[in-house]
Amino acid sequence: MATLQLKNIVKQFGDIQVIKGVDLDVNDKEFVVFVGPSGCGKSTLLRIIAGLENATSGDITIDGRRINDIGPAERGLAMVFQSYALYPHMTVEDNMGFSLRLARVPKAERRDKVMAAARVLQLEELLERKPKALSGGQRQRVAIGRAIVRNPSVFLFDEPLSNLDAALRVQMRIELARLHDELNATMIYVTHDQIEAMTMADKIVVLQKGEVEQVGSPMELYHHPRNRFVAGFIGSPTMNFLPVEFQDSTHEGVQVTLPGGKTCRVPVDGTGVSVATSLELGIRPEHLNLQEDGPLSGRIQVIERLGGATSLYVQMDTGMVTVIADGDVAHKVGDVVRFGFEPVRGHLFRDDGLALTSLHQHPLTGIDRQSNRAPVEGSHS
Amino acid sequence: MNNSMFKRFCIGLLAWVIAFVIFFPIFWMVLTGFKTETAAIADPSLIFSPTLDSYIEVQQRADYFKFAWNSVVISFGSTILALLIAIPAAYSMAFLPTRRTKGTLLWMLSTKMLPPVGVLVPIYLLFRDTGLLDTKLGLVIVYTLMNLPIVVWMLYTFFKDLPRDILEAGRMDGASTLQEVVYLLLPLTLPGIASTGLLSVILSWNEAFWSLNLTSSQAAPLTAYIASFSSPEGLFWAKLSAASTMAIAPILVFGWLTQKQMVRGLTFGAVK
Repeated sequence: MATLQLKNIVKQFGDIQVIKGVDLDVNDKEFVVFVGPSGCGKSTLLRIIAGLENATSGDITIDGRRINDIGPAERGLAMVFQSYALYPHMTVEDNMGFSLRLARVPKAERRDKVMAAARVLQLEELLERKPKALSGGQRQRVAIGRAIVRNPSVFLFDEPLSNLDAALRVQMRIELARLHDELNATMIYVTHDQIEAMTMADKIVVLQKGEVEQVGSPMELYHHPRNRFVAGFIGSPTMNFLPVEFQDSTHEGVQVTLPGGKTCRVPVDGTGVSVATSLELGIRPEHLNLQEDGPLSGRIQVIERLGGATSLYVQMDTGMVTVIADGDVAHKVGDVVRFGFEPVRGHLFRDDGLALTSLHQHPLTGIDRQSNRAPVEGSHS
Repeated sequence: MNNSMFKRFCIGLLAWVIAFVIFFPIFWMVLTGFKTETAAIADPSLIFSPTLDSYIEVQQRADYFKFAWNSVVISFGSTILALLIAIPAAYSMAFLPTRRTKGTLLWMLSTKMLPPVGVLVPIYLLFRDTGLLDTKLGLVIVYTLMNLPIVVWMLYTFFKDLPRDILEAGRMDGASTLQEVVYLLLPLTLPGIASTGLLSVILSWNEAFWSLNLTSSQAAPLTAYIASFSSPEGLFWAKLSAASTMAIAPILVFGWLTQKQMVRGLTFGAVK
């Protein structure tokens, strides 16, 4: 059982505010991912939770208890570092058992706990080795094992997969998700990789310049980004942005003029927007479809064939857009293509970056990673 | 012979010449120690009948082992004391730096640029008034102060090379600052600490200015022992050489035994 709250956390280094008043609730057994570009303060926020940095102001509470002034070890948290930070002079077993040794746990009990963690992570064979005799993936598992042994109320991960190669990263991602289910623990995970965020999180916290841009389930962020930053950050390839002009607003949505002169009614709430205002239309590459009579057109500049899908980089008068088309598409570089989209897939952003609220809630926004799982018979959850 | 071989030959030759130039005085000193006084002041010659007379006479005049023991106590004592002070200092500078850390380090090093004789009188008076003159403790204190800047500076660079994450992981695992230092920092920087300690021992062993000025008989180390043979009655080259040979022998052996450690430690940061 562990819930964690951040209330108006501010962190200042000298005159520079790196965290500008963050509020956040982390529920029990939740997998929360902090994501954002480098320098957005996500790691600092994690270190504040860990107790490695002090917050300049604000409260951190675990299960309602304020822990600002409690040392890192007494907070009952465990952290997995980006560099793994294994103790190079100790064997795997000693690495994993170090916290227990400091807590003066008897040797036999210590061994049992280390063995139990080693079994979960398939490290039994490696217990006698030193870290330098391990591969990157194994070191990573030892670092996680060291955290598990402490039986923490909350696990903290600071970009744990960024030092691994691509294949191993996918494997560890799956392993971490499995571990989360198995340990039934609350986890906070920092990454700059939005794919890690999308695949593992129950709840994603998007940070930029020390401020929370949006908190929500992966599907919520994908389908209903609150602002242009989140829209551009979540999803790969990045969302396309086109300049459009506001025409009118009804209960069915906002009518805008697209580049090229055609119009389109996007089902969002346009209350308060005045006629002829410039807006930005956001539309994801995978939601653009090649159509003979599509409202948009441009000349293909680059084609990337991935087999299953083809990325077309299309030059429009207003800029470059990316279109994800079928893998067997026959177009060539230089062809002029027409394309369009379902209006419900479109997003409209005001010039201050905020999105106009969608009139329809996407059916999957409430789903988190846990609800993707089929209920297991006889399971305790 | 091609160009690169010739270049290597030249470099090799140069190295040998430099090594010979550096080693020659020591070699000559050892040789002179085995000569008679007359042979020692005669025309330099490699051919002579070796004798142990000088060694025997030297030992009769002064108890070598007392001086040697003083040297051991003072150099190791000051090194241990310097390390005990420098480790916490270097820890805080490396891991909890402030805006003034760099300045403090530079200031500490700058004290080494002052000629020691500049503070001789005040230190002498302080020692006289506190009864530290001609005591081992007195020299331990002076040598500690003398080596502290170098020791702190060296430890600081070794500590800085240690990834912070490792200490932070220790803190997350529940280590107090002391435990962090004992279980993580010291074992991981041991090569650096060892070479720092060795350097401090060698510098203290060879120090002559303070030992000559602050000791007379009780606490005098081997440097004072050597100096006592350049007496007012005139120079006795053979005896002086014999005494010097005995004085440098222990540190030479010590240096030779720890050579590997020294080189490893001193190049630790550079090649990692």
